Amino acid sequence: MNVPVKNSKDKNIREVKNVIIRFAGDSGDGIQLTGGIFSHDSASFGHDISTLPDFPAEIRAPAGTVAGVSSFQLNFSSYNIHTPGDIPDILIALNPAALKVHLPDLKPGGIVILNQDAFTKTDFKKAEYETDPRTDDSLSGFELYELPITTLTEESVKTTGLNKKQSSLCKNIFTLGIVCWMYDRSLEQLTKRLDKLMGNKKPEMAVANKLALQAGYNMADTLEIFMSRFQVKKANLPPGKYRRISGNEATALGFLAAQECSGRPLIYASYPITPASDILHELSKIRQFGVRTVQAEDEIAAIGMAIGAAYGGSLGLTGTSGPGIALKSEAIGLAVMAELPVVIVNVQRAGPSTGMPTKTEQADLFQALFGRNGECPVAVFAPATPADSFKIALEAFRIAIKYMTPVIMLSDGYIANGSEPWRIPEPGELPDIEVAFAEETDDFQPYARDPATLSRPWAIPGTAGLEHRIGGIEKEDGTGNVSYNSLNHEKMVHLRANKIAGIAKDIPPLTVFGPEQGDLLVLGWGSSSGAIRHAVENAQQQGLKVAAAKLRYLNPFPENMETVLRSYKKVLVPELNLGQLRMLLRAEFLIDVIGYNKVQGQPFMTGEIEAKIYELLKPESAPETTNEVEI
Amino acid sequence: MSSEIHSSTSSQNYKRQDFQSDQMVRWCPGCGDYSILAQLQRVMPEICAEQSIPKEKVVFISGIGCSSRFPYYMNTFGFHTIHGRAPTFATGLAVARPDLHIWVITGDGDALSIGGNHFIHTMRRNINLKVLLFNNRIYGLTKGQYSPTSEKGKKTKSSPMGSIEEPINPLYLALSSGATFAARSIATDSKHLQSVLKRTAVHRGTAIVEIFQNCNVFNDGAFDHFADKENIAEHTLYLEHNKPVLFGKNKDKTLLIRPGDNGLGPIAVSVNDVPEQDLIIFKEDDEPNYFARFLAQLDGHNYPMPLGIYKSVRKPCYEDLLDEQVAIAKTQHGRGEFFKYLEQGDTWEVQ
Repeated sequence: MNVPVKNSKDKNIREVKNVIIRFAGDSGDGIQLTGGIFSHDSASFGHDISTLPDFPAEIRAPAGTVAGVSSFQLNFSSYNIHTPGDIPDILIALNPAALKVHLPDLKPGGIVILNQDAFTKTDFKKAEYETDPRTDDSLSGFELYELPITTLTEESVKTTGLNKKQSSLCKNIFTLGIVCWMYDRSLEQLTKRLDKLMGNKKPEMAVANKLALQAGYNMADTLEIFMSRFQVKKANLPPGKYRRISGNEATALGFLAAQECSGRPLIYASYPITPASDILHELSKIRQFGVRTVQAEDEIAAIGMAIGAAYGGSLGLTGTSGPGIALKSEAIGLAVMAELPVVIVNVQRAGPSTGMPTKTEQADLFQALFGRNGECPVAVFAPATPADSFKIALEAFRIAIKYMTPVIMLSDGYIANGSEPWRIPEPGELPDIEVAFAEETDDFQPYARDPATLSRPWAIPGTAGLEHRIGGIEKEDGTGNVSYNSLNHEKMVHLRANKIAGIAKDIPPLTVFGPEQGDLLVLGWGSSSGAIRHAVENAQQQGLKVAAAKLRYLNPFPENMETVLRSYKKVLVPELNLGQLRMLLRAEFLIDVIGYNKVQGQPFMTGEIEAKIYELLKPESAPETTNEVEI
Repeated sequence: MSSEIHSSTSSQNYKRQDFQSDQMVRWCPGCGDYSILAQLQRVMPEICAEQSIPKEKVVFISGIGCSSRFPYYMNTFGFHTIHGRAPTFATGLAVARPDLHIWVITGDGDALSIGGNHFIHTMRRNINLKVLLFNNRIYGLTKGQYSPTSEKGKKTKSSPMGSIEEPINPLYLALSSGATFAARSIATDSKHLQSVLKRTAVHRGTAIVEIFQNCNVFNDGAFDHFADKENIAEHTLYLEHNKPVLFGKNKDKTLLIRPGDNGLGPIAVSVNDVPEQDLIIFKEDDEPNYFARFLAQLDGHNYPMPLGIYKSVRKPCYEDLLDEQVAIAKTQHGRGEFFKYLEQGDTWEVQ
């Protein structure tokens, strides 16, 4: 596959279709920054990219320990990719702890770049290495480059007069210089980026980092110690203007789009929680759009404020993660009863309880669907990729307003922090969200139903003649007065359920990638969709009759759901939980869906799903799945 | 149907009946809540006329408890929400719609037990809300358990041997949390309650009124020690701005703060015995209002229970400050242009 090409300097450069690179180091080493700017550079160069940041929950775990390791994985490619990649081609480890954590993932024969200066006895002790991994057999079978990165960095920024500590902070960028040389990337854009990032606030650091970047590049170019050099061509993406976007950014912009499309002001009330806080940060900095954010005193207050805003005719929005959604349950129930359009984003993380705040999981599906007292249906949508969050956020408000209902958007940590290129939509590409407040009529009833949607009027305070009372006590059909009538209650329970079920008519059908009938459908939701798609692509190339589908509407299901499921001999549902969607599908359609479940706080790898596909369709040639926990 | 908000441009001359809904009032006969409802319905026409508030801009938001049924009986917009959380819904509404005139109706259990957190944060934010806290010092709706304002030692169904918790003092808590308007009244004194409600209505910011309200079923006589006919003159003190605090049948007693057996504390003295320069003049706009906080701790036993406006100061309210930030952001960044904003940061073209 690798074709040697020549560059101007007449060195061998191999062309590859994609590169999976993982930066790892201490959480104080600037790993996320390094990964972020290289991702951005790759995307703006024209590659397709997908990223996977992974960092500890502690702001600063003890330096040099395994607990304090932060990493950032980037897959950049010349073709359309769906995941950050399973197995890194290259690992940059700035300390022994980083090496210890990430070496097991590296591709056999893969490249390791180590910071020699951080491989001292003390460092081994902190990383709990009994022997020096460079001298035992740990690193045999890899292409190892060991460089005194700290020393070289300090040397390279000497002219700036920065002290030792500040100088050594540039070592991540020095390393990036090496990486740029290795992947034949010009430094021009990166230099501009460093200026942009640091030029205003810390001009001296911008200068130092630029020096370090150039020095890393030059060193790699001159020393000729590196055996490999690669080139990845630009990807063939649909034409348009692009930017790199993370899931949380896309979510925030999708909500801003909802304000734009509906003409109603957005109010976001939220209590800071990992990994949802970035949505609060993004929306807090755009007051020029009239977006109002409130940092609430707690999770319950946040949803209360969002519902209050919705009651007043604004776009009421709250966001949280697992423990927070548990706290919001009662208030979501009130919004169901009061039939108010409020949107709740749950950026799922590994649970239960506090769980693993910075690690991803998809185990809040049942919580979203059923986690309230009484028969309490809400619409539940989930984005499939970081950029898809934009559309789903917008869609959540379209449906919330049209059906006067709470909508839960289930993002997850992997989507929230992951990023990909995003084609920026143009005017005319966004839907109109129609808002029609009730006006005074002779026979106004707060719980009258629109026959098409079963939704009630949005009758906001301040409208003359519409004075009425709503609340959490059961409503009399039509009048909305308090009612303890038993048959009325049953009627209202059905009305609320039918209203949500009816949303199925308003959402796109489930589409599949691959044959419309076949041996296997691999159905996923949320962030698993990328690995599923990639695995199915690979299996299709092996001649298997397998299709992939991403389910973005979890309640209600698309109307053609059952038809799609029944078009395949088998249905496989990979999920980062113990089989929640699988249970729903079995219950709803009596189809014996097969589950593939992982709860390790990490996303699926393509290889895992691919292996499962072979296990189901070609058991005789299926490779062993390696990443399953024995219980 | 329209996406604009329509309301009548000027307030009519409302009558008390305009604020009475068609719902049957279902509190126990003899409940103090009837008086509070009646006084508010009586003063609403005047409040609306004075401030030119059309009725449709008036909203009542409540939590859970006997008092929280209140919105159903007011012929205005109303939202009966969930236990303890009324201030949060009201806050969201106030931020969304600063044009509205929002009242929060709550009780001692609702505001101070399950909703204690929201109570203090509402006070410190100074959201433009009028909070009426009906304090009967008991749980009525759940049929008679002790509440966070019940006196220690209270024997109830859930505390047959007497409660072992110290009570919360709502007004002291509100003042300590930064309330910009704090008042105390009692349901049995309709004139006083009306005057306090009228003052409450004109305050911009969070206004909290603790209203003593007798639960004649589960906690009858809770306020008799200062409020019944025999005790009221000697055990109640009506606060008046810029005047000395006076009580007693002949309004001839006042309070001084002096070192005593238990440290600094009040002493009751005849006003005639106090040299003019030593007389403490009560000012509701004192900031930080030490005297109001001192007065808030008197309980009507050894010293009189002060009723009236404890504090009234002008401070910018939360939603105004938020609007100000919106205006500043528009000046700094220009009015947000959506499609331009999507292109923030670095973009690239794919042909």
